[in-house]
Amino acid sequence: MKAFTLHNGIVAPMDRANVDTDMIIPKQFLKSIKRSGFGKNLFDELRYLDEGQPDQSCEGRPLNDEFPLNFPRYKDASILLARENFGCGSSREHAPWALDDYGFRAVIAPSYADIFYNNSFKNGLLPVILADEIVERLFAEMYDVEGYQLSIDLEKQAVITPSGEKFGFEIDDFRKHCLLNGLDDIGLTLEDADAIHAYEKMRREQAPWLFDIVK
Amino acid sequence: MTNKTLYDKLWDAHLVKQRDDGSALIYIDRHIVHEVTSPQAFEGLRLAGRKLWRVDSVLATPDHNVPTTVKERAYGVDGIADPVSKIQVKTLDDNCDSFGITEYKINDRRQGIVHVIGPESGACLPGMTVVCGDSHTATNGALGALAHGIGTSEVEHVLATQCLVAKKMKSMLVRVDGTLGKGVTPKDVVLAIIAKIGTAGGNGYAIEFGGKVFRDMSMEGRMTVCNMAIEAGARAGMVAVDQTTIDYVKGRDFAPRAEHWDAAVAEWRELVSDNNAVFDKVVEIDGSQIGPQVSWGTSPEMVVEIDESVPNPENEKDPVKKSGMERALEYMGLSAGQKIVDISLDRVFIGSCTNSRIEDMRAAAAVVKGRKKAESIKEAIVVPGSGLVKEQAEAEGLDKIFTEAGLEWREPGCSMCLAMNADKLGAGEHCASTSNRNFEGRQGYGGRTHLVSPEMAAAAAIAGHFVDVRQFELEG
Ligand code: SF4
Repeated sequence: MKAFTLHNGIVAPMDRANVDTDMIIPKQFLKSIKRSGFGKNLFDELRYLDEGQPDQSCEGRPLNDEFPLNFPRYKDASILLARENFGCGSSREHAPWALDDYGFRAVIAPSYADIFYNNSFKNGLLPVILADEIVERLFAEMYDVEGYQLSIDLEKQAVITPSGEKFGFEIDDFRKHCLLNGLDDIGLTLEDADAIHAYEKMRREQAPWLFDIVK
Repeated sequence: MTNKTLYDKLWDAHLVKQRDDGSALIYIDRHIVHEVTSPQAFEGLRLAGRKLWRVDSVLATPDHNVPTTVKERAYGVDGIADPVSKIQVKTLDDNCDSFGITEYKINDRRQGIVHVIGPESGACLPGMTVVCGDSHTATNGALGALAHGIGTSEVEHVLATQCLVAKKMKSMLVRVDGTLGKGVTPKDVVLAIIAKIGTAGGNGYAIEFGGKVFRDMSMEGRMTVCNMAIEAGARAGMVAVDQTTIDYVKGRDFAPRAEHWDAAVAEWRELVSDNNAVFDKVVEIDGSQIGPQVSWGTSPEMVVEIDESVPNPENEKDPVKKSGMERALEYMGLSAGQKIVDISLDRVFIGSCTNSRIEDMRAAAAVVKGRKKAESIKEAIVVPGSGLVKEQAEAEGLDKIFTEAGLEWREPGCSMCLAMNADKLGAGEHCASTSNRNFEGRQGYGGRTHLVSPEMAAAAAIAGHFVDVRQFELEG
């Protein structure tokens, strides 16, 4: 998993409450054998005017000009500013996979659906929680200033505006530790690599028939 | 003297690290991989730039999606008609090639259902921890191994770390003593166990199957029983090692070579529960009282014996169970009180990781030999669990016996167990099936599955309806 320490990036709006996982990535794209490549279909029903199909190239599809992610000013956005209960719906990990694949590193919202919140950490996507009024202010500043950027400092647990204003956010220590160090479950287990090697060495001596046979 | 259960011994022998939160890192000796649950795991590794921890621990084969007709199989992967299936099988091939994993590809003579090829090749051995992204991995527990199914994220975790994050389960002993009657098979034993403890009875437990019935049972039979531990809610089922186990393993492709054999056997002999071991739960069943079983509903606990009738929900006091029975009867198109032998059938399926080993093929062949499939049965297919089972069966002339009786002899794979390939039930069709799950739609949309032993399925193919194989054999 990618580590997240300090990120500075363009902010794009998803200005509605209760954005569900079907909206983030519609059902028809889940038959894939992959977990990457979902970015082009992120918010598919909002981004395009036709109905998207899996394995279809998105080049040449009619774009919805009213959807902010299609505006040139948000083209390189990597922080999504959203409203309450973001990511509700199913448990599928495809939602954070799609956001990540599109290029988002963080979401800022007043609240999230539980499972989405969990799944985001597993995939290196930071879901920041800020109070309603602060989110409201950020929306206003972002709409005012083209190319509006925010900095997110995970170590200091703060979102920093271009004028230097800082908003602190909460995050539990364990998750913070994993994300700062780019550790997922696998990463954590690999912290015990020495113990695994030691076990393996012992078993190789005791039971050599378990090793190097299938190859 | 220790007082450990077999499960305790297997757990302790693989404990890499006990963590403070109660979870533990368990070392995995063998990882079997198939095409359905692995693609995202491999992709995850690639995205993170991770390598396999121990490539020689992994063995792969495609099974769920492979076609079973000779015609479709003739062109290998390219011959698979369904494009989604083709992509999954191809993806497995590509992943195995690029990570250097040993794979029995679609037309390799050793290809087969994951849970059949593990023990058959000797890749899965007594005392091992075995995982696979498939719930019926418990099958391998018959060897005296700790084997269970895992999810896709865990597949990735094991590929990358050789470990599983696990919590120790509780232990249950299911003891079946006595001697089984004629025509009563391991499948009937496990269905009777599930009927007794229920599909949730094993939740949170690792089950050890003990008692005279299992001591007398062949390895193939023990695999049938352990295979369905998950249908009783237990992630793992196991049988203690004895001479039968050791004889089975000897000489298999990946079994210990001569110089290690004695040391291996010495270690395996310890893989039994100590006399004074304490289980969290003990269930006892008299084996001599078990008769041939037939499932009438949509859950593996909904079974009765062949000479009984479809039960009446009115007699069920538990309201949740009662409504479940009513729903099942409606889905199955059966009515309470209907005799099991009066259920007419449309198709017969002999195969799946529960009952597709050589012994199952022999048992079914013995029943149909010299007889003819009933006209009313649209299709009766026999699907060996692996290419090696197929070869062995053909060497014994079993394929001829089946085809002369009007049954179809197919190429190895999961087939009509879950209908991911072209082998499916039509809506409303009744099937006598040797597989393990009778869930709604499992064998095809609207299909109606009755779980039985290979002998019972074979007899049903001849009669066109369920018959008591005990009497059937006498008449023949
Ligand atoms: S035979 Fe059926 S139960 Fe067994 S692995 Fe294949 S699909 Fe699963």
